[in-house]
Amino acid sequence: MSIDSKGLTAWLTTEEPSSASHAAFQNVWLVWRRFASNPLGIAGLMIILLLVFVAIFVPWLAPYSPFEQNLRETLVAPNSQHLLGTDELGRDILSRILWGSRITLSIVAIVSVIVAPIGLIVGCVAGYYGGWLDTVLMRITELFLSFPSLILALAFVAALGPSLNNAIIAIALTQWPPIARLARAESLSLRNRDHISAVRLMGASNLRIVLGHIAPLCVPSVIVRITLNMAGIILTAAGLGFLGLGAQPPSPEWGAMVSTGRRFMLDSWWVGTMPGLSILTVSLAFNLVGDALRDALDPRQE
Amino acid sequence: MVNQVEAAVRTPTRRSGLRKYRRFGGSLISVVTTLFLLVLLTFVIGRLMPVDPVIAVVGPDADRATYLKVREELGLDLPVLQQFWIFFKNLLHGDFGSTLLTGRPVMEDIARVLPATVELATVTIILGAGIGIPLGVYAAVNRGRFADHAVRLIALLGHSTPIFWIGMVGLMLFYAKLGWVGGSGRIDLFYEDIVPNVTGFLLIDSLLAGDMDVFWSAVSHILLPASVLAYASIAYISRITRSFMLEQLSQEYVTTARAKGVPRRGVIWRHAFKNIRVQLVTVVALSYGGMLEGAVLIETVFGWPGFGQYLTNALVIGDMNVVVACTLIIGCVFIALNVISDLLYKIFDPRIQ
Repeated sequence: MSIDSKGLTAWLTTEEPSSASHAAFQNVWLVWRRFASNPLGIAGLMIILLLVFVAIFVPWLAPYSPFEQNLRETLVAPNSQHLLGTDELGRDILSRILWGSRITLSIVAIVSVIVAPIGLIVGCVAGYYGGWLDTVLMRITELFLSFPSLILALAFVAALGPSLNNAIIAIALTQWPPIARLARAESLSLRNRDHISAVRLMGASNLRIVLGHIAPLCVPSVIVRITLNMAGIILTAAGLGFLGLGAQPPSPEWGAMVSTGRRFMLDSWWVGTMPGLSILTVSLAFNLVGDALRDALDPRQE
Repeated sequence: MVNQVEAAVRTPTRRSGLRKYRRFGGSLISVVTTLFLLVLLTFVIGRLMPVDPVIAVVGPDADRATYLKVREELGLDLPVLQQFWIFFKNLLHGDFGSTLLTGRPVMEDIARVLPATVELATVTIILGAGIGIPLGVYAAVNRGRFADHAVRLIALLGHSTPIFWIGMVGLMLFYAKLGWVGGSGRIDLFYEDIVPNVTGFLLIDSLLAGDMDVFWSAVSHILLPASVLAYASIAYISRITRSFMLEQLSQEYVTTARAKGVPRRGVIWRHAFKNIRVQLVTVVALSYGGMLEGAVLIETVFGWPGFGQYLTNALVIGDMNVVVACTLIIGCVFIALNVISDLLYKIFDPRIQ
């Protein structure tokens, strides 16, 4: 079967999918079509792709080293040599922001990778088993949910000691509960479905049912939920950095850079303004994508 | 016959009364367990630390005898379970521990700094709800049109802006460059301690004392931090108001009212909006509590001597007693807000009986 672009479209839109995976591809295609019709969502996606591109190729893109000090050129206003100016140690701010994209992206990625399985397992186990296990797990989840995430992260970082790794752990600790609650709701509606009963009749153990049959079905909504949370993760990380509890100097973390810039705000506005603008842009991009994704997945809304 | 009917009518009421008590008891138990778990969690956070609290008090050069003595004074030589029991017992007596640095009770400190934060949060929530709710209604009524998209973008921007950064930029623009508002702190240094401290809220105290100069100084200082904080809550409140309103506007009673000839404005405010009031009150209450989170960042930027700055200072010097007490208090505030909003639903929503 030769698949040119027309054939591919036909394959993706045919009324009779030939297999389960075919149907899944069609579904993704449908969501993508709806997503693509939202210009703001596409704009957000472009910014994120650009961010990923920058993070990968930053050694070739950045004009200067992010750490190299030049004490003869401190606090230079933006000019043709230093597009975004230099900071109090003469480091090029543009280069530092570009390198900082790696930190931001890795925080988002690591937190997501830690949080998704924890939330998924806790939620699915609570929803599937029910009873006292459900009560206990959900009590704990609600406890974590009752805190504003920054406050809880602050308390954890203060206890563990300020560093980038501890900030990531602390943010992860505050981010799993909404996912657990979501996964629980999903598995509650799944546990009495026929295909689950069929698997049970065939003698599958509870563990096997939860891990092999319920959890995988919760994955799509968990992914959407995590996408929606990413902007919040970025802002919490930046807030921790700003308070000096996240990445430590001389690391070019954006929140920490804003915090440095605070001291020079009156005379050298660019030191603090530029990294703040990057935080704003990136978290706006994630919010736009999350918003568009939610609309695309829930067509009832429009 | 009549008795039977009476019995039939009465039985369900009695039963539902019993169920109500049972449900009330159930939610009471769940609140108590949540509170207990909260205490446990904060205790664990307090003991996680890799930093030795004894060394934080006596310094690294202290000799072994002093070290052991302080360790004993802090109760750290006891078994963990016993430590937890003491911590718990003290809490029940309203004793949240003392700061490691000055030895003052944390509760006293918090009572001193809290009015500043409450004042800031109150002005903020008035701005946030006063602007956010009409914006959300406006967006819902003009759904899909330009106004709706504009409000959506405003809200998304509000969700994406690092609040500490916008505070910094605002301070530079409106204070340093334009001179429209006051700078750091609650009031100009010149006016400090002029009016007697009655309520702890400067805006009210200065009015009580009749000193308008102090009042306007306080206003110019609170305006910018409150606006910055309010922007975030406008974003949140307007989005939620919009979705609540959309839900109502799509219902048939709205069409009926319109068909009967009720003017558009009357349908929107007297019919649809009336039905979302209770939901909105809970949303506003929760975002009022959420100010505590914003306060941590914004008070640092504006040098606002409130709860947030107190917590931040403790974080920086690693005073875990203060951190634990503050976390506990914030947790309690949020649990209380949740309980209150549940109660509001039960009281004001006739469907939940």
